[in-house]
Amino acid sequence: MTTVATAPERRRRRLSGSTAALGILGLFTIGALLEVLPRIGVLNRRFFPPSSEILTTLIEQLGEGAFWTAVSDTLRGWAIGLTIAMVLGIAVGVIIGSVPFLRDVTSSTIEFLRPIPSVALIPLVVLLYGTKLQSALILIVYAAFWQVLVQVLYGVADVDPVVRDTARSYRFSRWTQLRQVVWPTALPYVMTGFRLAAAVALILQVTAELVIGVPGLGRNLGVAQSSGAVSLTYALVVAVGIIGIAINLFARALERRILNWHPSVRRDVAR
Amino acid sequence: MRLTSIGRQLLMTIALPVILLALWWVVSADNTSPFWPSLQKILQAFPDTWTSDRVMEDIVPSLARLALGYALALLVGVGLGTVIGLSRPVRAFLEPALEFLRAIPPPVIIPVIALFVGYSGWTSKIIAIALGCLWPILLNTVEGVRGLDEVLVDTARSYRFRRPTYLYQVVLRGSSPQVATGARQALSIGVIMMVISELFAADNGLGAAIVQAQRAFAIPEMWTGIILLGVIGFLLSLIFRLAEWRALAWYRGLRRSERGT
Repeated sequence: MTTVATAPERRRRRLSGSTAALGILGLFTIGALLEVLPRIGVLNRRFFPPSSEILTTLIEQLGEGAFWTAVSDTLRGWAIGLTIAMVLGIAVGVIIGSVPFLRDVTSSTIEFLRPIPSVALIPLVVLLYGTKLQSALILIVYAAFWQVLVQVLYGVADVDPVVRDTARSYRFSRWTQLRQVVWPTALPYVMTGFRLAAAVALILQVTAELVIGVPGLGRNLGVAQSSGAVSLTYALVVAVGIIGIAINLFARALERRILNWHPSVRRDVAR
Repeated sequence: MRLTSIGRQLLMTIALPVILLALWWVVSADNTSPFWPSLQKILQAFPDTWTSDRVMEDIVPSLARLALGYALALLVGVGLGTVIGLSRPVRAFLEPALEFLRAIPPPVIIPVIALFVGYSGWTSKIIAIALGCLWPILLNTVEGVRGLDEVLVDTARSYRFRRPTYLYQVVLRGSSPQVATGARQALSIGVIMMVISELFAADNGLGAAIVQAQRAFAIPEMWTGIILLGVIGFLLSLIFRLAEWRALAWYRGLRRSERGT
């Protein structure tokens, strides 16, 4: 690509610059409103601490070891659960997806099991594991597995018949077919599944902490709320939100990196 | 020939569920672990656990709260989403803030709501469900309105459509496939929020019934609740798909004619 930007390109760049500025302005405005309204008494200060107070509490938390232990507990559960769900989802998806018979036989069962809310299992995991990490892992794996599996199934089904037949005529071994034909086709779908599963896994990790008492930020949040530490409650909500954003950004960055050869990403970059 | 293919399809559909259920029945039959009662015991506990009284006391309120919260989220989400989506500056101004709110895992808003109205009662649960469902609907509506076909928009303007006509016929219709995507995500979050909000308060509702059974160590009864919740989750997604299929029939037709098949 040449370095000279064409006119529409320059316009787009300027536009995206002003869009970002407006967005930052928006965040600041809302922050300022949440600072002023409680102070002048429009919002009840007992329930709505001014945003500066929440921010101060959050910054104080950043200096405490217990906070970081909770963050790492949350992230560890999220990462382990997500990894198990990814490995299981990809393995089962590739096997079922490559055999038409298995596909037909399992589709009704998958359609039935998928919408079952994973939180229904909370009482069971409480009995089995109490507040141990396993409780959270079971909930995460159950919820995230279906997200991955369904995407992998779509991906494997998307293989171009001509390419598959060509590979077969050249007598590629099953492994080579999988490696060279099925996997590259399915990879964008796998990454979509990863992005969805990453968000779902965080939701269930935090839920397990909040409801069951598995160690992590969610448990701290529940404790803060029940002990009446209002600004700490809000500060932890903000912290969890930041982790949510970070996970989204991480998933997107990973997707771009792994799919940098793929036309859909290359078109984006070329723009 | 046709009949056999239908029969084959039916067999394919029910074969694995039947095998799995049979397997569950056989494997759990002699199980002595208290946490895994036999399927026979669970099924026997079903009619005694879910009497018509319990259905009225637990299942109906749960589903009513879900319906109210979901409807509220749909109304506010589509309304606000349309306003935000139609104006480029408003969109740019609010989008980062909305993205942040969406990134907060919905269950953490339950303790925050409890600061105001406590855990028990209908209000806190309906607000929790509505707030959980709001963001996917809102942000998808914004996307849908943003992606409206410009030719359609300009055509509507040249014909001087009145504002309500324009909003209904062009904006709402045009964005509905995207709204449906958001509504589908919101439904599964809504079910999660319904259950969790009842776990916190444990006064009434499906989630409360299951957790009470668990605390009383009534394990087969607990299992009936888990299974019932699973069936409800499945049925809700089925109903949603039927509704979507009917509402978006025009869209499927459009796509098909565009592809020329």
